Amino acid sequence: MPAHRSLRDFDWLMLILVSAICALGVLQIYSATRDTHVTEAWWKQGIWILAGFLALWIGTLIDYHTLLGQVAVFYVLSVVTLIATFAVGTTVFGSRRWIGTPSYHIQPSEFVKLVIVLLVARYLSELKSDQLELRDLLKLSALIGLPMVLVMIQPDLGTALTFVPILGIGVFLAGFRWQYAVAILVIIAVIAPISYWLVLKDYQRQRVVSFLDPSQDPKGSGYQVIQSKIAVGAGALWGRGVTKGTQTQGRFLPVPQKDFIFSAFAEEHGFVGVIVALGLYFLLLMQIVQNAQTASDKAGMYICMGVGALLLFHVLVNVGMVVGRMPVTGIPLPLMSSGGSNIVAMFLMLGLVNNVRLRRFVN
Amino acid sequence: MKLYVPRVDDQSSPNTLLRDDPKFASQKIAFFQYTTIAVFLFLITGFWDLQIRNPEVYQERALENSVKSIPVLAPRGKILDRDGRVIVDNHSSFSLYLSRENLKMDHLRPIAEGLNLDYDSLVARVRRFQSRGAPQYEPIPIKEELTPGELAFVDSHKDLSTFPELEVVRVQHRLYPRDGLAAHVIGYVGEISESELDSPELARFHQGDIIGKDGIERQYNDQLMGVDGQKRVEVDSFGNERHVLDDKEAVAGKNLQLTIDLDLQAVAELTMENRRGAVVALDPRSGEVLAMVSRPAFDPNLFAGRIRSKDWKVLLDNPDHPLLNRAVQAQQAPGSTFKPIMALAGLETGAIDENFHISCPGGATFYGRFFKCWGKHGTVALHQGLVHSCDTFFYNVGNRLGIDRIAQYAEMVGYGHKTGIDLPHEAEGLVPSSKWKIRNFRERWYPSETISVAIGQGATTVTPLQMAAAMGGIAIGGMWFQPHLVKDAVHLMPARRAEVNLENISKVVSGMYGVVNENGTGVRAHLPGVAVCGKTGTAQLASNTLLKGTSYGASHKDNAWFVGFAPCDNPEIVVAALFENGEHGQLAAPIVRDVLKAYFDKKARLAQPQPQIAQIPTGLFKPPPPAPAAPSTATTAAVNR
Repeated sequence: MPAHRSLRDFDWLMLILVSAICALGVLQIYSATRDTHVTEAWWKQGIWILAGFLALWIGTLIDYHTLLGQVAVFYVLSVVTLIATFAVGTTVFGSRRWIGTPSYHIQPSEFVKLVIVLLVARYLSELKSDQLELRDLLKLSALIGLPMVLVMIQPDLGTALTFVPILGIGVFLAGFRWQYAVAILVIIAVIAPISYWLVLKDYQRQRVVSFLDPSQDPKGSGYQVIQSKIAVGAGALWGRGVTKGTQTQGRFLPVPQKDFIFSAFAEEHGFVGVIVALGLYFLLLMQIVQNAQTASDKAGMYICMGVGALLLFHVLVNVGMVVGRMPVTGIPLPLMSSGGSNIVAMFLMLGLVNNVRLRRFVN
Repeated sequence: MKLYVPRVDDQSSPNTLLRDDPKFASQKIAFFQYTTIAVFLFLITGFWDLQIRNPEVYQERALENSVKSIPVLAPRGKILDRDGRVIVDNHSSFSLYLSRENLKMDHLRPIAEGLNLDYDSLVARVRRFQSRGAPQYEPIPIKEELTPGELAFVDSHKDLSTFPELEVVRVQHRLYPRDGLAAHVIGYVGEISESELDSPELARFHQGDIIGKDGIERQYNDQLMGVDGQKRVEVDSFGNERHVLDDKEAVAGKNLQLTIDLDLQAVAELTMENRRGAVVALDPRSGEVLAMVSRPAFDPNLFAGRIRSKDWKVLLDNPDHPLLNRAVQAQQAPGSTFKPIMALAGLETGAIDENFHISCPGGATFYGRFFKCWGKHGTVALHQGLVHSCDTFFYNVGNRLGIDRIAQYAEMVGYGHKTGIDLPHEAEGLVPSSKWKIRNFRERWYPSETISVAIGQGATTVTPLQMAAAMGGIAIGGMWFQPHLVKDAVHLMPARRAEVNLENISKVVSGMYGVVNENGTGVRAHLPGVAVCGKTGTAQLASNTLLKGTSYGASHKDNAWFVGFAPCDNPEIVVAALFENGEHGQLAAPIVRDVLKAYFDKKARLAQPQPQIAQIPTGLFKPPPPAPAAPSTATTAAVNR
């Protein structure tokens, strides 16, 4: 490691933004779980965040080129772990996503995202042509498709969908003939209705229906959206105050410390709080993009942009769901939602971005 | 197939493919930045819509979600007897309410099914509440006395996503005596009806309120009924209470002490077992009602909540009219019990004196018509006339008095007017007179009509309460106290006083003493050791066309009356008994006797000194003197130091 990679080069702004977002998250988890049987969730989250900073440091330490060199190993490991999840996984709410005991478990699919980011970066940066050929796209899609299908049949559609923006941003950046893009869109338009009836499970179909018209299903996922909108709206400009939101405190919001944490946040902190929190996310994204622009090579750029696209997708889908502008997919809000695997995986990815930043000077 | 070529060390070969210029995509990265801005604007407009443009809508809905109004029902006051024993109590039970803040009409069907309610009447009920325009926070009571199973149903369905409108409220339910004891005196409570809500004096109540519908419960409703409170609580999505927002406590109703003596009441009830009629026992010196029975009775507990229409129909269709309080509502011909009043009227007006006598060959002819006596009594003067209840004698007295003087004395003792007892729906009976005849029939009074009136037949009707009050007043020398049922309604002064010659009264009372003690018609009322006075009465039903409407059932057997008081020199209690279709007054006498016996037995029991407790030796064991506390004080001192 060259000596000029000093502490000064570290992305301190990113660390400050991340810390601020995490702090809001911990505060909101504390408020949302105060009266429940998971009152310990807020300090557990704090421990996960500390573990996350450690992960970030580790993610920064090892040269990302070294990591890219080991993508094949990571990939195989990911697929094996996902298959193992079926064999020894823990079933919660009818879905096998976790490995471990019911109280201590990790969600492998969260870490697979990281592998997908590396995989895309490695694959696309090694292309010799300046435009992505259809053959390459199909190959890459197939590589991503395998873990994606494995996650989808857990079933965890939300997490599986997060792989798409990573691939999408890569393909977009690598350059792609627009004719292909149109062709793919047409194929999707044809396949979507068919898969709606054949592939989607009942509860997923239900979610699509209730997204289109929440009032049709006021008790299922439509209920969640309605309650979430009530919570957000009731927050008004200044919010109802920490621990004062009746929607959050009365558990009208489903699991307000996880997927609907932003709804709880919006209720208790109001529009002002929302602007602050979204502003932090926005600055974080811009900082990641900044690092992409200053990356010393294509691979670094792909890594940063993959992480950025993933984060943007998460924010769009999760926060969009909270205000009823996105269907309920059950993906968490990174850095705020309670949950260890998600936090550690996210910090690892931010570590990668920092990694790229520290190695931005071509020597 | 080999997918990946392990990368050679980039440090040593700076021109590998990875070491290219990342700036090639800077325009696309800028595009990503714009996309990001667009996404955030899209999200922020979402929040703008909800939080800034119309937050009131959502604040309102959050409130609807989380705030529930729970009525806190005030328990009604207890009803006690004269000794403070509880007659009407309350017991705790659970009632189900629908809170109207989050009521959904399409929930009614599953709720009705889950709780075995009739769906259509439930809907009708909810609509009725809504149409009244009652405030939104007033919940709708839909079921009382929830069983554990129904409670479990409510508990598992009251969460926000099922039926958040369900609300269980602990209420104090009326608990009445079993077997209809004093049912007519007490009355019953029930939910206020639509028509009652429309009446001006009940308009201050709210829909769903439980009010007194009859008897004491109705008469003293305002005292007995407390003031309901209301609790507003914040609930969570499972319908569990999180904290109380505000709490207006209920004010319990006041207890009410009656003049009724439960012991006497119980005996009176037993004597009327399987009979139709009424018994009224009064203290003539104060007007306090000691017992009041009407049979057949009903079970007021049926009404305690909302009476089922089936039970209501059974009560209404019963030809014996169990809901009727015969003690104050049955208007029957007094029959021969009218004779003491005739005797008093005769003596007071001078129409007869105690030596006036007639011969009874089994009847007599007046105005060309033969009037039968129930027996052949030979030569009869006043005393014998009363003792043997000779009709012929009193035909003559009546003929001498004329109808209007009879009416004057009948009204003097209280007949033809409400006694004013503190019960609803009291009947006033009827005292015929020439004026009455003209007013009602546009016809003059025929003297021949007076003859039947003289023996308590004809148009004359009285209630059992009137009879007890009238006789009691005569017995204490011509003073009538206001009959009343509630102890603290003090009536120290008589309501009416008549200027009567006490000697005349003494002659009448002497005759009534003879009825019971000198082998008269009322020997069955004889009580050893107590000087009981009384008068039997056997009143025909069929002879009186005016009373067709009040002849209950198919039976037209004569009504049996007995009115008695004791002791004759200083009357403490007067009892009137009406035994409908009892055939002869002699058969009503034992009813009165039993009540009198119970009264005097109790009095004797209370007068007795407390029974001596057996002598037992004392001082067999003396407790040891308290142990010296020296060691413990020493340690304390050490610690203190």
